[in-house]
Amino acid sequence: MSDEPTGPMLPQDRGPVSAAMIGALRDGGPPAVGEAAATADPYGDDLQLALYVAYELHYRGFAGVDPAREWDPELLRVRAVLERRFLDALRADATAHESATAALDDLLVEPVGGDGVPHVLERSGTRSQLREYAAQRSLYHLKEADPHAWVLPRLWGRAKAGMAAVEFDEFGGGRAERVHAQLFADLMADLGLDTTYGRYVEAAGAEMLAVVNLMSLFGLHRALRGALVGHFAAVEVTSSPASRRLAGAMRRAGAGPAAEFFYDEHVEADAVHEQVVRHEVVDGLLAVEPHLERDVAFGIDATGFLDDRFGERLLSAWQAGESSLRRAIELDLVRVP
Amino acid sequence: MPNEAPDPTADVRERPAADDVRRIYLQKDGPMLVEGPVEVQLEDGGVATSDRFRVALCTCRRSRRYPWCDTSHRRRRRDR
Repeated sequence: MSDEPTGPMLPQDRGPVSAAMIGALRDGGPPAVGEAAATADPYGDDLQLALYVAYELHYRGFAGVDPAREWDPELLRVRAVLERRFLDALRADATAHESATAALDDLLVEPVGGDGVPHVLERSGTRSQLREYAAQRSLYHLKEADPHAWVLPRLWGRAKAGMAAVEFDEFGGGRAERVHAQLFADLMADLGLDTTYGRYVEAAGAEMLAVVNLMSLFGLHRALRGALVGHFAAVEVTSSPASRRLAGAMRRAGAGPAAEFFYDEHVEADAVHEQVVRHEVVDGLLAVEPHLERDVAFGIDATGFLDDRFGERLLSAWQAGESSLRRAIELDLVRVP
Repeated sequence: MPNEAPDPTADVRERPAADDVRRIYLQKDGPMLVEGPVEVQLEDGGVATSDRFRVALCTCRRSRRYPWCDTSHRRRRRDR
């Protein structure tokens, strides 16, 4: 096997666990993690970056790293320890509902005068805040719908057909220029951001890495297929109203036509996707595998929990008049496009 | 063929549709779901088209993207 000639660069470490994982990929040896993996903060930068790097081997890998290391048992062993810590923390902290219906019902009510990130950006978002938001969210959107495709072989019947239909829409309905990840890259270009895959990993804090790691975790494990379906349902149910606000924010800030189109498209697309995911994918899965009910609810709750943490990071930084990005690349981002 | 009386116990989602039948899903608190692609003739003139595999047509009349659903039918709550 030869190393990847292209792809994202390995990021800077953020502590002993991520240093061991990144060092192992750079040097070709096993990760020398020691006890650090078992004690790292499950939501902290160090653990989340180590997990992000481990998962990236399943997406596009890293320049100069042998792609065969995706299945390196030593890396997978460390990854499993990190996943267990992350998952245990989420089950303890995020679980709020016992049934999928109860969890979804809470998402299907719109808060009046809400104070989430889309509300704030719609009311008063500056162009630089929109750029910060898009740079960090690019870690998710440039993988949009990718880890969800991993669940397809684990579904059957209505759930599989519904999931595949929504994924077809996410992947542009057969047209490369309509792939949602491409539409987001177009939005980034409107905002003067670099559309290179992986470009803003260094800019993203632990809260954003956790949002991305959650979908990779659920997508890669068949045992977590119920949670993946719940996660997808939560994303689709909350996306349409949030997208309407973000489209308004882009319009108000004069971000550009592609930036507006990305969110306008998601208002209509996700109003449909929500219906298909709830009635076909969730109901279809639970009709065949009713024992997954609590896992679906957990996937919904964990998604909301981590989205809220990311939102709190943004809003607390902005309220303090600061950048929500990690300090290291702050200057790089304010460069005029 | 005349209309048939509704069968309150049937669920078409569990069986394949006949080739010449277009399936429509009605719900009390939500959009009408129609298998696409569709052309929608609007009352005030004009046509809305969509090539999605399924479309959600607004039935509450509150959508700002009428005739497409934009989830404006959702109940609203003051807390949170």
